[in-house]
Amino acid sequence: MNSSPLTALAGYFALLSLFAVGGANAAIPEMHRVSVEVMHWMSDRQFADMFAIAQVSPGPNVIIVALIGYHVAGFAGAGVATTAMCGPTCLLAFFVARTWDRFKDAHWRIAIQAGLVPLSLGLIAASAFVLARTADHNVYAGAITAATAAMAFFTRINPLWMFVVAGVLGLSGWL
Amino acid sequence: MSEPAAPPPALHPSLAELFLAFAGVSISAFGGALPWARRMIVEQKRWMTTEEFNETFALSQFLPGPNVINFSVVFGARFGGPAGAAVALAGLLGPPLMIVMVLAILYERFGGLETLSRILAGITAAAVGLLIAVVAKMAAPLFVKRWNSAPAFAILAFTGVALMYWPLPFVFLGLAPVSVAFAWFKR
Repeated sequence: MNSSPLTALAGYFALLSLFAVGGANAAIPEMHRVSVEVMHWMSDRQFADMFAIAQVSPGPNVIIVALIGYHVAGFAGAGVATTAMCGPTCLLAFFVARTWDRFKDAHWRIAIQAGLVPLSLGLIAASAFVLARTADHNVYAGAITAATAAMAFFTRINPLWMFVVAGVLGLSGWL
Repeated sequence: MSEPAAPPPALHPSLAELFLAFAGVSISAFGGALPWARRMIVEQKRWMTTEEFNETFALSQFLPGPNVINFSVVFGARFGGPAGAAVALAGLLGPPLMIVMVLAILYERFGGLETLSRILAGITAAAVGLLIAVVAKMAAPLFVKRWNSAPAFAILAFTGVALMYWPLPFVFLGLAPVSVAFAWFKR
C-alpha cells in the first residue's frame, strides 16, 4: 500500500466537504462520479452496497466516506477519508460560531442560505437518481423504492423497519 | 439516556456528559441524526430551548459539510470550548465508525456472496425511496410559491450533476452565485 491513494482520498474529500451543501446525501453523486468513473476504486454495485451499509448503520450518513476510504486503503484510508471530509468544515464551524451572532440576521447571510436550498434539493435528487440507476434495475426493486418513498413521506415509521422489510424481500430473490 | 424524572436544567454539561450524550445520539440514530440530537438536547437533557436549538442548527446548515457534524462542534464549543467541540465530535463519530469498520471488514470478505448482495440490493432500493421522500418534503414549500427562482436552480443543479455528470465544484460555483443573487434581490 503506497501513499498515493491516501493523498488522493485526503485531497478529494477535503475539497468535497466544502461543496457539500445539504450534507452527506447531497455529496453522493460526486462521491459516485469520482469513486466509480474517475478513480475506478469500485464498481457501481459496490458503491450502491456501501451506500446501503451506511444507511443501515447507526450514526450520521457521512460515515459512507469511511467505507469508501476502507475499501481504497484499509483502516488508514477510512481514517484519512473521514478526517478530510469532517476536518475542514469542523474548523470552519468552530470559528464561525464565535461570530455568528454578529451576522446571523444580516441580509447577505439569509440570501446565501436561501440561495443554497434549491442547490441542496437538486443535489439530493441527483443522489436518488444516481443510486436508482443501479438499484432499480427491475419492476420489483422499483416498487420497493416507490413504496418506501410513500411511507417515508406520509408516515413517521422508523426507516429501519423499511430496511428490514426491503432486505428480506431482496433475500427472497425477487430483486 | 433515560432519567426517571425530569432533571433540573444542567446549564454546563461536563466533557464526559457531552461525550456520552453525543455517543448516545450516534448509536440510536438511523436515517439522519438530527431528530435524535433534538430529542436528546431539548427534551431529555434540556441543555437548550427549542429556539436555541433551531438557531444553532441554522448555523450548522449555513456552513458546508455534514450538518450534524457541524452541529456537534458548535454545540460542544458553546459548552466546553475547543475541548467540548472535540469531545462532542468524538462522541458522534466514534461509535458509528467502529460499527461501520466491522461492517466494512465483513463486506470485504463476504461482499461477493449472492445472499448478501441480494439483501443489500433490497436495502438500496428502499434507501433510494427515503431520498425521494426527503426531496419531496424539501421541494413542497419551494414549488408552491407563485413566482420564484428556486425550482429552476434545483433543476439546473440536478441536470448538471445527475444527467451531465459534471464535477460538483463546477456546478456549485456556476450556480450558487446566481442563485444567491436571486435570493438577495427578492426582498
